[in-house]
Amino acid sequence: MALLEVENLQTHFRTPDGINRAVDGVTFHVNAGETVAIVGESGCGKSVTSMSILRLIPEPPGKIAGAIRFQGRDLLTLSDREMRAIRGNEISMIFQEPMTSLNPVLTVGRQIGETLRLHQGLSARQAEEKAVEMLTLVGIPEPRRRVREYPHQLSGGMRQRVMIAIALACNPKLLIADEPTTALDVTIQAQILELMRDLKRRVGAAIVLITHDLGVVAEVAERVIVMYAGRKVEEAAVGPLFNHPKHPYTQGLLGSMPKLGSSLHGDEGRLAEIPGLVPSLKQKIPGCVFAGRCPQVTDLCHKVAPALEEKAPGHVAACHYALKDEALAA
Amino acid sequence: MSAALLDVTDLKKHYPLKGGLLGGTTGYVYAVDGVSFQIARAETLSLVGESGCGKSTVGKAVLRLFDITSGQVVLDGKRIDDLSTGALRAVRRRVQVVFQDPFSSLNPRMRVRDILAEPIRNFGLAKDGRDLEARVAALMDKVRLPRDAVNRWPHEFSGGQRQRIGIARALAAEPDLIVCDEAVSALDVSVKAQIVNLLQDLQQELGLALLFISHDLAIVEHMTHRVAVMYLGKIVEVAPKRSLFAAPKHPYTEALLSAVPVPMPGKARERILLKGDVPSPINPPKGCRFHTRCPYAFDRCRAEEPRLNHVATALDPGHVAACHLHDLPAAENPLAVAKGAALVAA
Repeated sequence: MALLEVENLQTHFRTPDGINRAVDGVTFHVNAGETVAIVGESGCGKSVTSMSILRLIPEPPGKIAGAIRFQGRDLLTLSDREMRAIRGNEISMIFQEPMTSLNPVLTVGRQIGETLRLHQGLSARQAEEKAVEMLTLVGIPEPRRRVREYPHQLSGGMRQRVMIAIALACNPKLLIADEPTTALDVTIQAQILELMRDLKRRVGAAIVLITHDLGVVAEVAERVIVMYAGRKVEEAAVGPLFNHPKHPYTQGLLGSMPKLGSSLHGDEGRLAEIPGLVPSLKQKIPGCVFAGRCPQVTDLCHKVAPALEEKAPGHVAACHYALKDEALAA
Repeated sequence: MSAALLDVTDLKKHYPLKGGLLGGTTGYVYAVDGVSFQIARAETLSLVGESGCGKSTVGKAVLRLFDITSGQVVLDGKRIDDLSTGALRAVRRRVQVVFQDPFSSLNPRMRVRDILAEPIRNFGLAKDGRDLEARVAALMDKVRLPRDAVNRWPHEFSGGQRQRIGIARALAAEPDLIVCDEAVSALDVSVKAQIVNLLQDLQQELGLALLFISHDLAIVEHMTHRVAVMYLGKIVEVAPKRSLFAAPKHPYTEALLSAVPVPMPGKARERILLKGDVPSPINPPKGCRFHTRCPYAFDRCRAEEPRLNHVATALDPGHVAACHLHDLPAAENPLAVAKGAALVAA
């Protein structure tokens, strides 16, 4: 059994001008100790998916349907109290903006200790001891001094380390990281990614990494889910996804990225463009969500939504025309 | 360098820090601390570096959005940093800007037509009302937006479309130089490609010079001619693109290249992880400003500030870097070999 099984997740929001289908039928699983990346552009529903797993979506106006099974229990059927016992304990989350997600009036020690006192019943002193330990784990120098400091006294990279320390304090089985390095500079990003890789080896938590940065995905993920307009359009292990993308959207996304080192090989031609815009999520889309921008579109695409189909072993894509590998086609 | 369109010499911008008992100046933020570079006509120079390195401040100084502390900014042979407000008007037409955030850089209460017409009127470029309309329509064509969209409001457009409007507004004044301050950073990958292609097309078509300020090295490599790398208020390396990416000659550039995540899973790369954070520009380190994080620093780096000097590369004579390592014999200089390819994945 997978650690996390998300089945036909639908998160819709009621808005004055209609229902916004932010996530519209997404199914995936995460195995224990695995790193799965969810990638896509703004508005594709990747963050809403992660917030839905922890039930952080306000209801109403939001509405979550489907099933989210964590270790076999459906999180959508739990009471608020049961849910609180899971958040920050068995599943924890790292947010994008470390400045706004830390409390500016509490010391970082208090904030790391809070989850420990709440979930593990540690005393204030024990919690502080453990907070020092966590700061050491995430590589903050002088942890004894830092534990009594406030967020504004730390740099952006250090704040993100504190966020990671808070998230890992209770030894969660699943860590959801929503754009954990997007707000950071590249040299600091490299440090944080290295830290996440290292911690994963040591702590063994499964990670769901939400990002728009395909470079980050290639560096840390084992399996990748590509989302577009609220739906999953492709899923594969990281190597096949980057080397043999099956869905035209994934192909377009990879083609539109300039590659570092392009001037060395002299391949500085024009970037591939994906024409047009993401469709509005307020209308029900009967066909393929990518039909309006797809270079290979046909009438069929506008009428019938393609099912997710295995195109190669362990590689699924939702496209009528993506070719199957010979082994599967035979 | 009389041929250069823009010639910046020893530019400094220090912001005073107020405070203390009597509210006097207690120190300075050395945001930009002695920066020199040139941009030729129809050339793209990229300024790269991490947050707080002063790259945006340089852009604002070129636009003269404030008075600089010292140094010179010369546009087309004429000093512009000491011009009076009145004399500046003509210069402002020639240097325009595209900002990062297309959501806050367009006035939400102006229709697209008025946004584009304002600079045309302001600089008296149109002969009459009909000419004005024609110019606005031509601008829409240039940035590939439908002409009838001029009657719409900014909020009716997506981020990429708004950035097109921002570019059209910059073009309206018929400038020689456009400062693009993180102009594509806020956009999604697929839209980013559209805008990058548009900027390149416009540059070729109109012979524009671009000062392209960005932290995204892959985009910079794709669209620039030359690159200047900034660290803590100083330029540490300037080189033609290919030379810089093939053989970085400053340890910071090298680390920056190796830190960029590359969308090629499983590729072995040489990874240089810098320790710690960028020091404060209020109290920059003595000697070389990078010595606190440099993996190769030695005694001289802590004492003496290196100057931008020409470094020998196989590829290009125009490669300068500020690093003491290049005074060492080649055998002891870790930057002597070209290892750009190993850094960015072979």
